[in-house]
Amino acid sequence: MASKSLKNLTAPLSGNNPVIVQILGICSALAVTVQLKPAIVMGLSVMVVTAFSNLVMSILRKGVPSRIRIIVQLVVIAALVILVDQVLKAFVYDVSKQLSVYVGLIITNCIVMGRVEAFALQNKPWDSFLDGLGNGAGYGMILVIIAFFRELLGSGKLFGFEIIPAEWYINNGGVYANCGLMLFPPMALIIVGCIIWVHRSFKKDLQEK
Amino acid sequence: MKALRNIVDKLKPTFSKGGKLGFLHSTFDAFETFLFVPNTTTSKGAHIRDCNDIKRTMITVVIALIPCLLFGCYNTGLQVGLEGWNAFLYGLVRILPMIAVSYIVGLGIEFTVAQWRGHEVNEGFLVSGFLIPLVMPVSTPLWMVALGTAFAVIFGKEIFGGTGMNVFNPAVLARAFVFFAYTPQMSGEKVWYPSNSGMWSQVGEWFGGTDATTGATALEQLATTGGMQWSALDAFLGFIPGSFGETSTVAILIGAVILLVSGVASWKTMISVFVGGLAMAYTFNLCGAGALGAHEGFEPYMHLIVGGFAFGAVFMATDPVTSAQTSAGKYIVGFMTGAIAILIREINPAYPEGMMLSILFMNALTPLVDYFVVEVNIRRRKNRVKTVK
Repeated sequence: MASKSLKNLTAPLSGNNPVIVQILGICSALAVTVQLKPAIVMGLSVMVVTAFSNLVMSILRKGVPSRIRIIVQLVVIAALVILVDQVLKAFVYDVSKQLSVYVGLIITNCIVMGRVEAFALQNKPWDSFLDGLGNGAGYGMILVIIAFFRELLGSGKLFGFEIIPAEWYINNGGVYANCGLMLFPPMALIIVGCIIWVHRSFKKDLQEK
Repeated sequence: MKALRNIVDKLKPTFSKGGKLGFLHSTFDAFETFLFVPNTTTSKGAHIRDCNDIKRTMITVVIALIPCLLFGCYNTGLQVGLEGWNAFLYGLVRILPMIAVSYIVGLGIEFTVAQWRGHEVNEGFLVSGFLIPLVMPVSTPLWMVALGTAFAVIFGKEIFGGTGMNVFNPAVLARAFVFFAYTPQMSGEKVWYPSNSGMWSQVGEWFGGTDATTGATALEQLATTGGMQWSALDAFLGFIPGSFGETSTVAILIGAVILLVSGVASWKTMISVFVGGLAMAYTFNLCGAGALGAHEGFEPYMHLIVGGFAFGAVFMATDPVTSAQTSAGKYIVGFMTGAIAILIREINPAYPEGMMLSILFMNALTPLVDYFVVEVNIRRRKNRVKTVK
């Protein structure tokens, strides 16, 4: 793999991350991150959709008149999302239930359309595929970080397993209590803010003057 | 005094730029100006000359809070069956750890950030650190006080740029954080009386034995049963369960007089909060409160003396940083704060006390109100110029 193509894959993980640098896809990042499992499934679904929508649109890019390109993009993305939705329903039904409308709403996720418009329409299929894969992974990575803190501090669990010993809780004579605010979306937004804070303190070139 | 001055002068070169401990100069500066009035004057820009600096303003508020603190101590002991000095001392023993935790955590963060950024340490936290324990139920675990304080100082204040830049009142923010994060420990029947478990039962023994009492606050009773067990006089004097400093309207009024006489708080904001609350409460009573699910047969003026309404109106809505700056804005924001607080109390059974939410909500809207007041003024003056021409 040429190093230039590789960069398409790695740049969205940190320096050009869709969530914490481009600030895209925030609403689903707040909605599906109460627990780790749905967050991971959501991250994977978005990864599949961005990668293949980028691939398909890149192949079609010379044949689609630019006046109707948005409609074509929507058809491609919607078809992929329906595909993902059906797969989730077939194999991980409970998670699919938890994610509810948010799987369908991947169609409106700004990252998907943003990458198709900004990248796939100007680049070759392989590069576009890697770019989609990288952006989906960058999105999923942030989702997992948020969900880790929300599930651990909000319900004392990880992947549904109890992490905090039961005798620590106030009700059982201990001193600890779960932070209920972690289960609300506002706290997820604050966590996103903290991730951006930490990220920018390491990457000085991203700091705004 | 002179000896102290000499010590400070002797230490000063060590902490100045280029000195051995020069990196700590903002910490040193904070302590020096805390002990002595600084003799530096501002050299640029137009100023109103006044002997009042931030430290003096903040200390005035702390003094105004003392009656609430003293009464809170007495009431805390009283609620668990103690009397006289024993009640007062027991309450004092319960509140001092909370005050200490709030100050240590809050000032710790303030000093760290000031060092890190090379700012001066500001005094804003003197008041917030005192307010935070006073608005918590007395049985709040200390680590929750610490977490709420840390959240309020970091996310309410430091990320906006420190003292004077905050959009939300840090003390209300601390309470809101703890309320939403640890709802079971901040509401309900068990939290308003000091807990009697573990080492606290031992402490209670020293003061003559405490009862393990539980019960709802006046507002919680109101939300669930539609009435309360205390008389209006009890509520006014403050012999009811509630957050530490909020119960006694008399103590709050003494504080209000200190704030108004010294000119620290704006009477416009303070009065309009009470007017707004009364107006909303009367509106509900007039248009069939029962039909709206509100408290029927509850005299409107009672709303001002139960719960945290008076405390919020006097000490929090008037915060010079987060309240309105324009004169008309003060009336508008004050009125809305009072009105929304009663609105939440009356028709939202999930939140028996609406004052905290209403203050935070109006804090967010205050810059907008100020903006429109200024715009309207500009437009009016423009029109005046046009008509003269």
